[in-house]
Amino acid sequence: MNDALRYALFGKLAAQSLPFVRAWERPNLSEVIAAFAAALVLIAAAALFVLITARGKWRYLWEEWFTSLDPKRIAIMYVIVALVMLCRALIEGVLMRAQQAVAVNSAGFLSPDHFAQLFSTHGSIMVFFMAMPFIAGLLNYVVPLQIGARDVAFPLLNAVSFWLTAGAAALMMGSLVIGRFSTGGWSGYPPYTELAFSPGVGPDYWIWAVTLGSIGSTLTGLNFIVTIFKMRAPGMHMMRMPLFCWTALCTAILMIFAMPALTVATALLALDRYLGYHFFTNDLGGNMMNYANLFWLFGHPEVYILILPAFGVYSEVVSTFSSKALYGYASLAVATSAIAVLSFTVWVHHFFTMGQSSNINGAFGIATMAIGIPTGVKIYDWIWTMFRGEVRFTVPMLYSLAFMVTFVFGGFSGIILAMPPLDFQVHNTVFLVAHFHNMLIPGVLYGLLAGYHYWFPKAFGFCLNERWGRIAFGCWVAGFYVTFMPLYVLGLSGMVRRAQEVFDPAFRPWLSVSLCGALILLFALCSLGVQLWVSVRERAQNRVFVGDPWDGRSLEWSVSAPPPAYVFAVIPEVHDRDAFYESKRRHDARRRPARFEDIELPRNSAVGVTIGLSAAAAAFGLVWHIWWLASVGVLLVWAAVIARSFARNVHRVVPAAEVARTEERWLAAAAASPPITRPLETTSLNRGLAERSS
Amino acid sequence: MSAERRVETRQYLLGFGVALLLTGAAFAAVYWQKFAALPTLGIVFALGLTQVIVHIRFFLHVGFKKSAREDLQLILFSALIIALMVSGTLVLLLNLRGRML
Amino acid sequence: MSTGEVRHVGLNLGATDAIAHRKAERAVFGFWVFLMSDAVLFALLFATYGSMLGATAGGPTAAAEFKLGSALFETLILLASSFTFGMASIAMKYRKAGESLAPLLVWLGVTLALGMTFLGMELHDFVGMFQAGAYPSRSGFLSAFFALVPLHGLHVFGGSLWVLVMMVQLASLGADAQVKINILKLGLFWHFLDIVWIAIFSVVYLQGLIR
Repeated sequence: MNDALRYALFGKLAAQSLPFVRAWERPNLSEVIAAFAAALVLIAAAALFVLITARGKWRYLWEEWFTSLDPKRIAIMYVIVALVMLCRALIEGVLMRAQQAVAVNSAGFLSPDHFAQLFSTHGSIMVFFMAMPFIAGLLNYVVPLQIGARDVAFPLLNAVSFWLTAGAAALMMGSLVIGRFSTGGWSGYPPYTELAFSPGVGPDYWIWAVTLGSIGSTLTGLNFIVTIFKMRAPGMHMMRMPLFCWTALCTAILMIFAMPALTVATALLALDRYLGYHFFTNDLGGNMMNYANLFWLFGHPEVYILILPAFGVYSEVVSTFSSKALYGYASLAVATSAIAVLSFTVWVHHFFTMGQSSNINGAFGIATMAIGIPTGVKIYDWIWTMFRGEVRFTVPMLYSLAFMVTFVFGGFSGIILAMPPLDFQVHNTVFLVAHFHNMLIPGVLYGLLAGYHYWFPKAFGFCLNERWGRIAFGCWVAGFYVTFMPLYVLGLSGMVRRAQEVFDPAFRPWLSVSLCGALILLFALCSLGVQLWVSVRERAQNRVFVGDPWDGRSLEWSVSAPPPAYVFAVIPEVHDRDAFYESKRRHDARRRPARFEDIELPRNSAVGVTIGLSAAAAAFGLVWHIWWLASVGVLLVWAAVIARSFARNVHRVVPAAEVARTEERWLAAAAASPPITRPLETTSLNRGLAERSS
Repeated sequence: MSAERRVETRQYLLGFGVALLLTGAAFAAVYWQKFAALPTLGIVFALGLTQVIVHIRFFLHVGFKKSAREDLQLILFSALIIALMVSGTLVLLLNLRGRML
Repeated sequence: MSTGEVRHVGLNLGATDAIAHRKAERAVFGFWVFLMSDAVLFALLFATYGSMLGATAGGPTAAAEFKLGSALFETLILLASSFTFGMASIAMKYRKAGESLAPLLVWLGVTLALGMTFLGMELHDFVGMFQAGAYPSRSGFLSAFFALVPLHGLHVFGGSLWVLVMMVQLASLGADAQVKINILKLGLFWHFLDIVWIAIFSVVYLQGLIR
């Protein structure tokens, strides 16, 4: 086959693109590890395919999950993607810690190129394909339930968002099997990521995976702004919404305004790489500093996109497990909004050393310190919520307490970094790495895990195993401290970040301790896996069908666990904050509705899957310069959109009789279940009917 | 033609007419440039901003009435964020350019 | 929240169509939100353009390449198309059930024709610039120009395609609630693009031609 034809069909694909071929040609440990990882991906995919086929579950998956527009189903799929990607990225973190621990004045076992790919994928996955999908999952499940709605504003757009994210995640996994990933970090700074210095496919994988994911997130933000503004139940004024919905709203607003900056940054980089433009090149008028500016215009609001939902989870968890209404609700709502707006005023602190004047640095430094204030307000509000409450130390509450202590500590290091002269000292050292992991792990991850434990019973109808939950918790906390506290010390001692080899023997003991911490974190992840296994195995004994295992305060606890597809047989009327708790107080909870109505729900649709997979295929084509594939993918996306706009029969009706049957069954179970007291809520006696205490 | 329809048609005609004038003025200011560069630029930008408001008011029907309140708030909030981002970018990059030369 | 009153002009679905009212409100508000994110995108491209005005790298400059005449003509075409879309919106709002769709289709058709004329002119301009040696890989300034202006052009192309699809839907499905909501959204999009063009002709063309 001549070269021109081969290029037209296969673009830049070649045998060398496969890690197996590279490992065969140069069998050093670094290449073998890469080949092993690729093999794992292929084997896992094949095993999954075989398992599903053998069990004959394709139709079930297609009809119940892949084409579903039910936000509860979409939420679960988001969380599954997030957990799978967490496994990969955490292992990558362990590999990096191991390399640094052994590569003190020695080459270690990972080549510089491999190590660079690892820190790039680790960051990109954790931010875009672990945290963002996890957050989207929580938003999708909880927000409609909490505002008393059956669905989000745009169910099909919701599915499109999910499938774009899933497609992008698949692209990330694909980069393990074919080709290489970017070595430019999760931020992809040019001119290093320009063609001149990174001629391979790596940065292109990064650009397109991130672009697809960011479009998905922008659409999610759009969906939730409209959902929260337009679909709240009658009587649910903004100041009666659960705090999680306030943080969801602010997160969605941030998504809408911040994601475009990332789209611009990556698109301009793509124009440079694909069409020879000169936005960020070294020559002909390029200005690489604008990239840092654009990227962090996105990047700073992004970290608030990550943390605000976690803050929302903590608000819910702390309130529920302190058996008290949130202290200072108004101040929490105001603080959340303030954080959202202020997050657009601090981005320069990510590049204090780029060369702008000290006046500019000073202004942004002050703004950065200011943004710590509303967060401090929230911490105080949570502490005062616990004060004189009946605090129950369930797993979600444990995560919240660990958060309050550890995150504040990380916040202190942030205030240090907010001062430009101090930032100059520790710029690009592992002090910074310690700081942002100190915000992301105790801040974001603990929040996600707390939310996971808290709402799992609602989504699946049975509780997670408490003992393994505590084991995992202990390991996540211990692992975090042991891994990252040494990095603060090392950073102050001058150890540079992203280093594949270090040259100061004094660093070795600290790096070894840090590696032990990473292994503890790995064990923590495994504990979560064991917990899930044990919980599923013991689910029959731990069912909480009645739906209120924690004596909850908001509307999601007012329906069965799991809820029916339509969630609410009758849209609730809301009279207070903590709507469900107040209705329990009035003995008005779980009332049989006066009459049942037909309920209209969206029909399933293949448009989401089509768009997501086509976009991913187009992205793959762009990465490898397979232009026909890229064109077909893009055309398919637009064709699906246009074809869908002609569709008219897009709803299905759940007849009133069926609604009645489902509700009667649930209410009968509620009447027959023994109520559970708070001390016994984590035992298998809990049927989901919390006892009405004083 | 109902009265309401006549009113709405007139709104579009008015908007169109004013926009034409503002466009013409801006192009004229550059074609027959009577002022120095910076004031001329200021005139062009002022005319452009005015025309944007005219479009928003007469074509997009966003004004101060209750029914358009949410859209107005959205536009104003977006304008704030955009102003922060654009001015921050320009100040930053101009400052960097100045320090490099 | 919504009591069923019509909150967005242009839609006349009748008092009995409560679900369509709510859907319209949500759909239109959601589209406004999307437009705001698109506005941020354009704003950042404007900021980038502004920061790269001097990055001509010894190559073609704005004064040399921009043509006032064609910029004016394109502006007038797009402005006219905004007006004709407004007329289409009115035709849609005041059309009673059973009346002919012809006025609506005609106004949409004229809008489409104007949009395509705009695009044709713009492409012609770009080709001229390329032939004069002013192509995007020549300098940072030209890169910025050829990101901002063609992105707007791409949006106009998408909008024109959308107008065509709506005309086909009107002919095949009639003016049902969903079609009307989509035309409302299209109207927002079309006017938004004209607003972005005001910024383009001011910041790019006129600024470039000021002596």
